[in-house]
Amino acid sequence: MKKKYRNPVGVSKYTGLLLITPFLAGFLLFTLYPFVSSFVLGLTEYDGIRQPEFTGFGNFRKMLGDSSFLNAAAVTLKYTAVLVPLKLIFSLLAALTLNMEIKGIGVYRTIFYIPSILGSNLAVVIMWQFLFTSDGLVNQLLELCGLAPVGWYGDSVHAMGIIVLLRLWEFGSTMIIFLNALRDIPCEYYEAAKVDGCGKIRSFFSITLPLLKNVIFLNLILQIIAAMQEFNAPYMITGGGPLKGTYTLGMLIYDEMFKYREMGYANALSWVMFTLIAAVVAAAFGITKRHREDI
Amino acid sequence: MKKAAAYLLLTVGAAVMIYPLLWLAGASLKSNDEIFSSPWFMPESVDLSVYARAWQTVTGHTMGHYFLNTFAVIIPKTLFAVVSSVLTAYGFSRFDFPFKRLFFALLIGTMFMPAIVTIMPMYLMWSRLGALDTYIPLTVPALFAAEGSFVFMLTRFFSGVPKEFDEAARIDGCNSVQLLVYILVPCVRPVIVSISVFTFLWTMNDFLTPLIMISSVEKYPLSLILRLSADSTGNGYEQCKILAMSVIGLIPSIAVFGLAQKKFISGITAGGLSG
Repeated sequence: MKKKYRNPVGVSKYTGLLLITPFLAGFLLFTLYPFVSSFVLGLTEYDGIRQPEFTGFGNFRKMLGDSSFLNAAAVTLKYTAVLVPLKLIFSLLAALTLNMEIKGIGVYRTIFYIPSILGSNLAVVIMWQFLFTSDGLVNQLLELCGLAPVGWYGDSVHAMGIIVLLRLWEFGSTMIIFLNALRDIPCEYYEAAKVDGCGKIRSFFSITLPLLKNVIFLNLILQIIAAMQEFNAPYMITGGGPLKGTYTLGMLIYDEMFKYREMGYANALSWVMFTLIAAVVAAAFGITKRHREDI
Repeated sequence: MKKAAAYLLLTVGAAVMIYPLLWLAGASLKSNDEIFSSPWFMPESVDLSVYARAWQTVTGHTMGHYFLNTFAVIIPKTLFAVVSSVLTAYGFSRFDFPFKRLFFALLIGTMFMPAIVTIMPMYLMWSRLGALDTYIPLTVPALFAAEGSFVFMLTRFFSGVPKEFDEAARIDGCNSVQLLVYILVPCVRPVIVSISVFTFLWTMNDFLTPLIMISSVEKYPLSLILRLSADSTGNGYEQCKILAMSVIGLIPSIAVFGLAQKKFISGITAGGLSG
């Protein structure tokens, strides 16, 4: 049987298709084509000038013995594992606090949101670099509190701390998503819970958290994808150092492509990165499955 | 009592959030010694001449030149993004057509596609087309509804506009194009403002794409000139100058956010119809 398309009278089933043509063309040109060609180039040795030379899975085998790849992968996973949970908890707490109806709350919401819109601006990244120098603002404040100053750029743990703090400071966009979801929860739920003798903490775990499941998951995925691609901050602030302790996969791909002109290898790496992100997202999907309703 | 505690908590939090930016503005007017000795953001004396020196940059072109470069990317890109996203969202939310569900799934899928995976092949593609070191790679993708999130946001708002509006308009003799232009677009103005503001801010922030695609210094957008200046400043150099450049570089974003803030926030927060 022929499928019926429900359209207004006189509108053909191709009108909609025509309207979404820009998207379809863009999908082919800027998503599917790069995605496939990246895989194909990943199977070659290519310097950008001579013809690519087919090497099969040579690039992928090379990775297994490439200490700078293994290091970058470990750094990226560690960074993601530290940043993402902290950021989610932080934004949820901020959203809960900002969900009150008190005077002037809009101003506070705006202030908490601002860093996230400026956050990846290079000007802010430069500022952040200044804040953590040996006699920069952060150390000055630590001394003011009677604490010992920290050599932020001296070891990889602190250097990664600088970048984690920068991205944490930008929790606003995640917070806004939580805040919208919180405002969608009808307050009758809380009133009913109160009548039943339910405390604040209990109603958070029994009402708020279950209703936020899908939004938490959405934020989790978005943040994982963003964190695993981290490039700007380590590139500008730490240069990947010290001792490659903040050298992320994003930086490695960039260097292989533009510094060493190993374009085949760079494309193979970006494919591995895609697979890695997909795997982490799938893992997050699996872990949260039990707690998540279907989206 | 509880309210006071809430205000205290919020104020401390807000101070921590905003202080780095205040510090940046203040430090741009300080001497090197003062930057690295006093945590208080207010400078001892205010001498705005550093801004005149920062405006000159290190390249022979003024900051004004790089502002114009940035706007030469932002203005077409915003226009392209709005038009292509509105058309695509209109198609998805008001028409039925073959493979609609599949195509919508693809659209959502692109939102989760890591940019760094596609940017290397895109570089090679633009290089083969001879478009490197022009603004084509920075603007043209916006013509193809490249931001799935914009389309998604618009479809949600379009579906909030009652279908009765469409029917009434069609009875009055509107065709599909007139319906979009006269009825639907005015209903979703806040979203269009949001899309424009986001495109503006994201383009101001974008660093990787111009870094890869643009190679001549006179075509640099603001983000790249900031990097160039930060890299070419060593120890003993006047630190306030690069900080002043950073402040100048942030002003457009802050101004646009400030101007559009009300509409913008309502665009991203309201789930239904507004404006």
